[in-house]
Amino acid sequence: MEYEILGLPVWYYIAMVAKVLVVFVWVLLTVAYATYAERKIIGHMQVRLGPMRTGWHGLLQPIADGLKLFFKEEIIPAEASTFAFLVAPLIALVPAFISFAVIPFGSTITVGGYKIPLQIAAFADKSGGVVDVNVGVLYILALSSLGVYGIVLAGWSSNSKYSLLGGLRASAQMISYELAAGLSLITVFMVSGSLSLQTIVADQAAFGWYAWRNPFLFAAFIIFFICSLAEINRTPFDLPEAETELVSGFCTEYSSMKYAMFFMAEYANMITVCAITVTLFLGGWHGPFTDAMPLLSPFYFIAKVYTLIFTCMWIRATYPRYRYDQLMGLGWKFFLPITLVLIVGNAFWINVIGAGNWLGGLFA
Amino acid sequence: MLNVASPLINGLKITLQHLFKKPVTLQYPTERPVVGPRFRGLHALNRFHDRSKCVACYLCPTVCPAKCITVEAAEDPITHEKYASRYDIDILRCIFCGYCVEACPVDAVKMTENFELANYKREDFAYTQEMLTDKK
Repeated sequence: MEYEILGLPVWYYIAMVAKVLVVFVWVLLTVAYATYAERKIIGHMQVRLGPMRTGWHGLLQPIADGLKLFFKEEIIPAEASTFAFLVAPLIALVPAFISFAVIPFGSTITVGGYKIPLQIAAFADKSGGVVDVNVGVLYILALSSLGVYGIVLAGWSSNSKYSLLGGLRASAQMISYELAAGLSLITVFMVSGSLSLQTIVADQAAFGWYAWRNPFLFAAFIIFFICSLAEINRTPFDLPEAETELVSGFCTEYSSMKYAMFFMAEYANMITVCAITVTLFLGGWHGPFTDAMPLLSPFYFIAKVYTLIFTCMWIRATYPRYRYDQLMGLGWKFFLPITLVLIVGNAFWINVIGAGNWLGGLFA
Repeated sequence: MLNVASPLINGLKITLQHLFKKPVTLQYPTERPVVGPRFRGLHALNRFHDRSKCVACYLCPTVCPAKCITVEAAEDPITHEKYASRYDIDILRCIFCGYCVEACPVDAVKMTENFELANYKREDFAYTQEMLTDKK
């Protein structure tokens, strides 16, 4: 560590840039190929083939779609509020991507004697301890709430009734389901005692994944995943863009790259939500042999995230869309009371039985 | 208690089973469909020596529900046989019901397996006797 810039070793900067690049490229590629995977999986679940023509088994389809959208005509409606109309897709897209800054996608690896924690917003200090954002979960919650502004602004600025209704639905849905999702996260904090995602994953690696810690946490895991689906407007909760009633909802008036941005935001949100669920409930990067070989840990993380993404697509292929009043009823009358019960039950369990693994390390 | 979860899980099970089934999709232009034995495609006129078998009896334009067949009769100056000097089918009006084939007393009109009838100009859909008659 001969060279230091602003009191930090050169390795710090190299590692930071490398981590940002790797994660950003991985998210972009996953977004592109998630669209392909979704079409293929849903196709085969409906006994169809899905894309087959562009490249081998349609493998170049996402690239062809991207090129097509890129060269499409950009239409801004004459009655639209131009500035908000232009900014809305960016507001939807950016939070979806920068949530990844605090998600640990691997354990700490050592390169050239310098410890690199595989999480963008983290570094190893001089004593070798890992420092990360100590309110990581809060940061994620804040950003996921920001995403809805893009959708609401898009709906309002398009100056079309379908878009407006889509935007209204999105905001109402987000507010209803964020409550239940936030409350189910409280059960996690009760066990971890920390909002730092490094600490949460380390605790799971040491004492077993939170999803199997006790029945209340398992229920919280299921409810958090369902509420997350509702928050990112995926089927069966995709009311903001319900084609049957609202043409295409908030993105009715959008075309070209601006539409593509909404599309990317939707898929990036799905990846983020799956990554958060993995980190908070399914042990993050933890898996067999990760202590001996830290390089394995990103692969465990990616495998878990892809499994959850597959589950999202599976759910999309299976369930029809909720009716609007049923959606609201489910959020306020079912999930909200249940999560409150879960918090109380979890508190009792921790005090009476303990915070450890109730299945005796079976799924550790 | 009302069981909420089991129908949801059953649904997921069904879609997962379908994931491993062989898709029914036909990759059309490269894979050709096998049409049925009595498929009703584009018409054709059977040939008898140098012209079509049609004797211009007018049964097919009479029975045609879409009124898409136009027949004009003529007399052969040598053999004095009645034959169709004009046999046109407006394929845009045709509903491919096959009544003309059933009505024909001399087995002159039949239907082929050709179903690819797309074209660029409206005039190209007016099939004449020359186009319909079997080539030698």
